[in-house]
Amino acid sequence: MAQPTVAAPDLAARFPEMVTPDTRKGYSGYIVKAEALLDFAKALKEEFGYDYLSSVTGVDYLPQGLMEVVYHAYKITGGPPLVFKVQVPRDNPVVPSVTSIWPGANFQEREAWDLLGIRFEGHPNLKRILLWEGFWGHPLRKDWREPYYEGEHKPFKSRTAGPHFWHEDHNPFGKNVDYPPGFDPYTWEPETADQILYESVIQRTRKPEQEELHSEQVVVNLGPQHPSTHGVFRMIATLDGETVVALEPVMGYLHRNHEKIGERNTWIMNIPYTDRLDYITAMSNNFGYVLAVEKLMGLEPPERAQYLRVIMAELTRIVNHLWAIGFLLNDLGAFFTPALYAIEERELILDVFEAASGSRMMNNYMRFGGVVRDIPEDAWDMLVKLVHDRLPRKIDELDRFLTHNELIKSRTQGVGVLTPEQAIALSTSGPVLRASGVPYDVRRAEPYGIYDRFDFDVAVRYHGDVYDRYLIRLDEARQSLRILQQAVRDIPERGAPILAGKPQYQVRVPAGEAYGRVEGPKGELGFYVVSTGKANPWRYHVRAPSFINLTALEAMSIGNKVADLVVILGSIDIVLGEVDR
Amino acid sequence: MDGRGILQGLAVTLKHFIASYVDDFKRKNRYFSEEGVKYRSSPEVEGIFTIQYPEERRLLHENFRYIPFLVYDEGENGQQDIRCTACGICAKVCPAQCIWIVRAKDPNTGRPVSKPAEFYIDTFLCMNCGLCAEFCPFDAIIMDHDYEVAMYERADSVFDLKRLLKSAAYYQDIRPTQYAEKAAEREAKAKAKAARRGARK
Repeated sequence: MAQPTVAAPDLAARFPEMVTPDTRKGYSGYIVKAEALLDFAKALKEEFGYDYLSSVTGVDYLPQGLMEVVYHAYKITGGPPLVFKVQVPRDNPVVPSVTSIWPGANFQEREAWDLLGIRFEGHPNLKRILLWEGFWGHPLRKDWREPYYEGEHKPFKSRTAGPHFWHEDHNPFGKNVDYPPGFDPYTWEPETADQILYESVIQRTRKPEQEELHSEQVVVNLGPQHPSTHGVFRMIATLDGETVVALEPVMGYLHRNHEKIGERNTWIMNIPYTDRLDYITAMSNNFGYVLAVEKLMGLEPPERAQYLRVIMAELTRIVNHLWAIGFLLNDLGAFFTPALYAIEERELILDVFEAASGSRMMNNYMRFGGVVRDIPEDAWDMLVKLVHDRLPRKIDELDRFLTHNELIKSRTQGVGVLTPEQAIALSTSGPVLRASGVPYDVRRAEPYGIYDRFDFDVAVRYHGDVYDRYLIRLDEARQSLRILQQAVRDIPERGAPILAGKPQYQVRVPAGEAYGRVEGPKGELGFYVVSTGKANPWRYHVRAPSFINLTALEAMSIGNKVADLVVILGSIDIVLGEVDR
Repeated sequence: MDGRGILQGLAVTLKHFIASYVDDFKRKNRYFSEEGVKYRSSPEVEGIFTIQYPEERRLLHENFRYIPFLVYDEGENGQQDIRCTACGICAKVCPAQCIWIVRAKDPNTGRPVSKPAEFYIDTFLCMNCGLCAEFCPFDAIIMDHDYEVAMYERADSVFDLKRLLKSAAYYQDIRPTQYAEKAAEREAKAKAKAARRGARK
């Protein structure tokens, strides 16, 4: 992807007095006045080609009395991000919504409203997304406290010293939830429960009156407890006959406020927590987080650690794609045979992970400036055998097993189509984006680690349907094998350092902001961290690919039959641990 | 749409089906032996790879980690010399904050000494991340291999000092490489210290 490097446009000159460079120490990008945001965004997209809005999030600067919304926009042809921010007073944070320009901001703005209480004017459906409607307060605000509050930062004094106590003694049932004033869960009755639940869907789908044949639309609730939703996840589908005319995903059932936990943790404590985002791809979650913090710290991991990271991240990608393929077929009704063939290979890769990191899924393998330990020799031998012999063979076998199957083809071809324009506008990433014909891969678009050294192709498919989203995962697994074979060949000899500096549990992170993003198996996984120089992050935000890819679920589903919803959802490949965070 | 794709796929299933029997006949110690378990978790495995727990168990790698334990050295008179000095680094670094330590006091002077009087790990909170063991400067807290910790009472989920203590011999048994490495490190340190002392004299 060799392209002429265009100098960053001088946006401050283009919008005098409305746009100023962000001059805070450790920060970059621009600060835009709220009233000029829409003009600015339009110009960015139409004049400067920043057509892909990757991340929208808020930061609560309590001491300054400011609420800040941070945007990361990219060009779909590659290159570094353009970061811009809008600052509004904390007591009345209102920002114009950019959903009219980048529809992909939809869920992310809802999330910022939900967790930080920033109102986005002009948002089509601004309501809570991760928390329930009756939740009291906005938990990511720095002055929000839970009913049982132990302290602002870990380590909590109450826990580390003194005899053990039971949590529920301090946080008894009945007093462990704060309700809005006047709300009593025992006496409360929903007035029009259906209306509350389905209002937004019904509003958007009311059909014109002059329809000759009177047909009624039916709202069907899929989930939250449904075996095909891969977790606790709900889809409210409006059907006309059997055809989907509108769909709204409802999530948050597994919400634990990962980001608030992350802001109370010290920097290193967050590494094991990232394992639990997308629990199938823990290694690449680790990678994204340490990358973001290393940017702030200015650390460069030694060679061997770089290679180990790439090896682990690519193995994770294979694990994830095998798993996704196996379970996609499960959704189609091919009950567990393909899934178990895929899981057999996954088991062997997890054995390598276990030998290196100590755990099969919750790896906690990477550290700031390297990895925690070298991969043992027996596991290395196994890895080489897997990479050169077994995995290529088994991926081919899976291909032979499924790709030409007529039943699969007839169920998936032309189903759940997402056009490239939609895919970019809705901020999808990873296999979903590439299956729609957009060859965008962070490993190529903005190489991190040592990915610029490897020879591999960005897999791309052009139909944007479920079948292509299946095929692209096979393609990507093969490309990952190519990278792995090169990494296994080129890695420096055992004994080379694997960590920059000494292992330490209290790292010094200079003040500033950083956005680290990796091409995770599910899509672009980004970590936005803000440090104030203290032992804990001031802001820790996860740009979760599964979550944002769900923005496109409605676009994929409209016009399809209700029976295909399950496989369309399966083809996005979500993990609820990451969606709900 | 002539069904050839389906047949091709079914051939793969058939191959797997046959392989599972052929392999059973070909290999003698395929089941209920260490060798068999090893084979079934190696890259060469064909056919059935399930491990028949609890009759068979997976062979754990040395680095496998589960809920930590505390190491004691066997003293000359058979007493337990606890390595832990109650410095509290593990409790500070623990992401789940599941470690509680009470320092011991000298019975004569009443001053705190560097030994734990009580030590608790709430195993329902512990996330097995291994950071405590990683940053322990005394090699005193080690991640265990014993993953069968089911219990009848909820109160048993909090491991106290007595439940946590395991001998250095056990440590050496489950993690021989790490044990040797750390012992060598300690020895080198002690030597350097002695040398420095010698130089000062």
